[in-house]
Amino acid sequence: MHILRYYISLTTLLMSWLAGPVRPIMSAVEIAPEVVESQRNKIAVIARASAASVSLLDGTGQGGGSGVVISPDGFALSNFHVTSPAGNFIKCTMPDGHLYDAVVVGLDPTGDVALIKLVNRANFIPATLGNSDLVRVGDWCFVVGNPFLLSTDFQPSVSSGIVSGIHRYQYPAGTLLEYADCIQTDAAINPGNSGGPLFGSEGQLIGINGRGSFEKRGRVNVGVGYAISINQIKNFLGYLKSGRIVDHATLGTNVSTDEDGRVIVTDILESSDAYRRGLRYGDEIVRFADRRIQSANALKNVLGTLPKGWRVPISYRREGVRYDRIVRLSGVHTREDLLQKADRGIAPPSSGPPHPQPEGPSRTAKSPEKPSIPQKLRQLFEPRRGYANYYFNQQHRSRVWDSLQHHMGTAPDASNWNARGELSDGGTFELSLQPQLVSAQLENKSLQIDVSLDLSSQLIPENSGGLLAALHAWHRLLTSGPTKYGEVYYLGTAPIPGQAGLYDVLVATHNVVETWFYFDPQQGQLVLAEMFGERDRDPCEIYFDDYQSVQDVQLPHQLKVRYGDETFQLINIHRWTLVMESDDAT
Amino acid sequence: MPNRVVQHVRSPRLWISYLVISMVFACHQYPAFAENRPRPEYSFSQVIQTVQPKIVKIFGAGGLRGLESYQSGFLISSAGHVLTAWSYVLDTEVVTVVLDDGRKFQGRLVGSDPRLEIAVLKIDGEELPYFDLKKTGRLDTGSRVLAFSNLFGVATGDESASVLLGHIATTTHLSARRGTYKTRYQGPVYVVDATINNPGAAGGALTDRQGQLVGVLGKELRHAENNTWLNYAIPSTEVAVPVENILAGKMLARHHDNNQRAPQHPHTITGLGIVPVSDVLENTPPYIERLLPHSAAARAELQPDDLILFVADKTVPSIKNLRESLRKIDEGDVVRLLVLRDEELVEVELRPDESTNQDTLNGGFPAERKP
Repeated sequence: MHILRYYISLTTLLMSWLAGPVRPIMSAVEIAPEVVESQRNKIAVIARASAASVSLLDGTGQGGGSGVVISPDGFALSNFHVTSPAGNFIKCTMPDGHLYDAVVVGLDPTGDVALIKLVNRANFIPATLGNSDLVRVGDWCFVVGNPFLLSTDFQPSVSSGIVSGIHRYQYPAGTLLEYADCIQTDAAINPGNSGGPLFGSEGQLIGINGRGSFEKRGRVNVGVGYAISINQIKNFLGYLKSGRIVDHATLGTNVSTDEDGRVIVTDILESSDAYRRGLRYGDEIVRFADRRIQSANALKNVLGTLPKGWRVPISYRREGVRYDRIVRLSGVHTREDLLQKADRGIAPPSSGPPHPQPEGPSRTAKSPEKPSIPQKLRQLFEPRRGYANYYFNQQHRSRVWDSLQHHMGTAPDASNWNARGELSDGGTFELSLQPQLVSAQLENKSLQIDVSLDLSSQLIPENSGGLLAALHAWHRLLTSGPTKYGEVYYLGTAPIPGQAGLYDVLVATHNVVETWFYFDPQQGQLVLAEMFGERDRDPCEIYFDDYQSVQDVQLPHQLKVRYGDETFQLINIHRWTLVMESDDAT
Repeated sequence: MPNRVVQHVRSPRLWISYLVISMVFACHQYPAFAENRPRPEYSFSQVIQTVQPKIVKIFGAGGLRGLESYQSGFLISSAGHVLTAWSYVLDTEVVTVVLDDGRKFQGRLVGSDPRLEIAVLKIDGEELPYFDLKKTGRLDTGSRVLAFSNLFGVATGDESASVLLGHIATTTHLSARRGTYKTRYQGPVYVVDATINNPGAAGGALTDRQGQLVGVLGKELRHAENNTWLNYAIPSTEVAVPVENILAGKMLARHHDNNQRAPQHPHTITGLGIVPVSDVLENTPPYIERLLPHSAAARAELQPDDLILFVADKTVPSIKNLRESLRKIDEGDVVRLLVLRDEELVEVELRPDESTNQDTLNGGFPAERKP
């Protein structure tokens, strides 16, 4: 390892002693024991953290970068702009002296993050993920990686410095490679360090290096490097594990900071969820995603760390009245736009920001010869439009489904489900769920939908967003499973407003409606279904609670139905009956 | 373990006895890397938090052809005096000074010292945190330093300046490198082992590890022959007296003395024998196109392409200013000029020749231009 600046103080110390006219040279051994101890600790921290570092080579050996392992089974983080030119299969070297094959798992072109998986080992020593929100300017930090592709002996280089700035915003090149809320450091980040780890003083992973400000001095470090914060990556990790090419979030608004330092909405899309939540031109945004917003940049910073589709709290003020809402974020790109840009990969950004440029070693002309890919590695890769690697999506879809099955107990073989219960206002509730027909008694009204017809035109009852269709989607998933339901993919992990932690999400499309199913990651139970009956409209949300066993199947006995900002109904179910299709429905 | 005194007092006045630093003490700060600690035992974050409120971001002219329209500065009085680099960024009517907390002010140029390439701005603030230039010391080679600046314009609004960590590599004189680095400043500098002179960093603060001011970050300087860049700061001890002079009104910007009574028979530009470049811009810099023969200017050996910076210690950023400045000097008095000639500052005195009839000379102004 090239530990340069760490030794400076020690060397200076020794030299100051050597230069002293009074002291004999041997006094150098009288270094205070705390000093020796702290140096020893530092070396140990660096050695331990470096063990998780990875040097990436593309298949041709012409380009590469850095990375860091974050799980014992070999998942590793790097930059999109490092893995993108390398393709789907990457060669990695580690300080243990081994060469590993790796496969691309998930890509975040906007945030410049790639998740890869190293194979053939189950006991990697992963980096410990830190909390980048605790990082302060002036904290010690160190960079481990493969600058100038120096690690031909598999040993990474180490450079040290301090955190120079936090909550930095570095403009994207077009719409890709946006570094929002990133960490700035004077620890040397050079071409080839891209994708590698920035560690805090305890050896905890606080960021992924990927960018620097350069200018007239050439493409070498000038004391100004940037790392994607690990907290942003934690937001995206579930999405990245899904094997998808994932997108970042937008509010659908433009904001500017006015003279009094207030962040004012200067433009808003009427199709955006923010608009549906009541946000209007001229409103002042005061909080967003649990952060105080005091400048337009601050809002951009927070938005840039959030995935498309997440729901986060927003607080805005109008005429002295404060409104607290939960807003659903849409994507920065359309699906096609993102895929095209991701396909194009990262050309050197000529139209990009003037000063900062993405890191990356200079590449010579690519050799046309690609080394052959081991069969074992090929089995971990499945190409599909919209995915970096569809193989991992299937894996997670199966995992979530298996976990749900485990929670539910015996799989229900009865296809007709009937329920009786009451509404919170005392009214009665009756429900019949059949494969082709859903009927209900609600507020003394008989309701029925035919699921063989277009569901988006049967969004009843009124002001529910389509409760019957949502119940149908739920029933269909539980009775048919994800493979027979229609198109079902694993989205990743997302929060549920008011709940701690992140939930596994399956997105299921059937009969023109898309439904998002949220599963408890520990218990496996289904806690929320959001059925989007119409484009650019609010979904019908059903929160499932009070699970009890019915005929050996765990079924919810409380359904909270929400639409927009309102609770539509709270339904308590007293009795479920599950019957075979041939039986008569109640 | 002996303590090595690495700070020397330069100014005899109002001096606080400064901290004594030993290298071992420096190493005591390292246990940050020890394992199993919830938070680094030592981080510079505390010191940095006390310094950041004194650092300002300055936005002004520029933005074209690689000229950044921003630079750095720091507060030197609670009333809002800001020390910064004297550069083209200040060469505009509207200079915006943004404090660490995001508050924006219009900066007014109080004065500048072209020898050190520093300027003092004033904003309408009160009770602001500041560096006291009277309490500033020198550092020895090897001392650890922090450099605060808005390099690359990374920070806007309430975002804090960037901080780089380095060491004093040596203290030297820029004059020793005359001809290789294009600079007007010829005095001592701290050379630092970190890249502290990035675009926009000029005017930032160099502090010691306790956050005490020790220097002003210089402009970018490139070696004319080998293209290497110097990382340096002007010691704050060099700056203290010139700043005092500026604040005492000796280096005032022009608009400060409008009340001065104009003489009845003042000097004029052509009267002195100076033919400036065509005054085509609102603020055409007073470059000398050519000189009239036998004139005061010619006798003082002014040269074509000289840029007139000061008239009697008043800055003259434009031909218009030059004209107005001369209007306040009686034609019988000596005119002191400071001009910039090939990156060198030259002081000249224009002495009126009693025998010369200014009007005649004016009347004899040749219509044709030299090729």
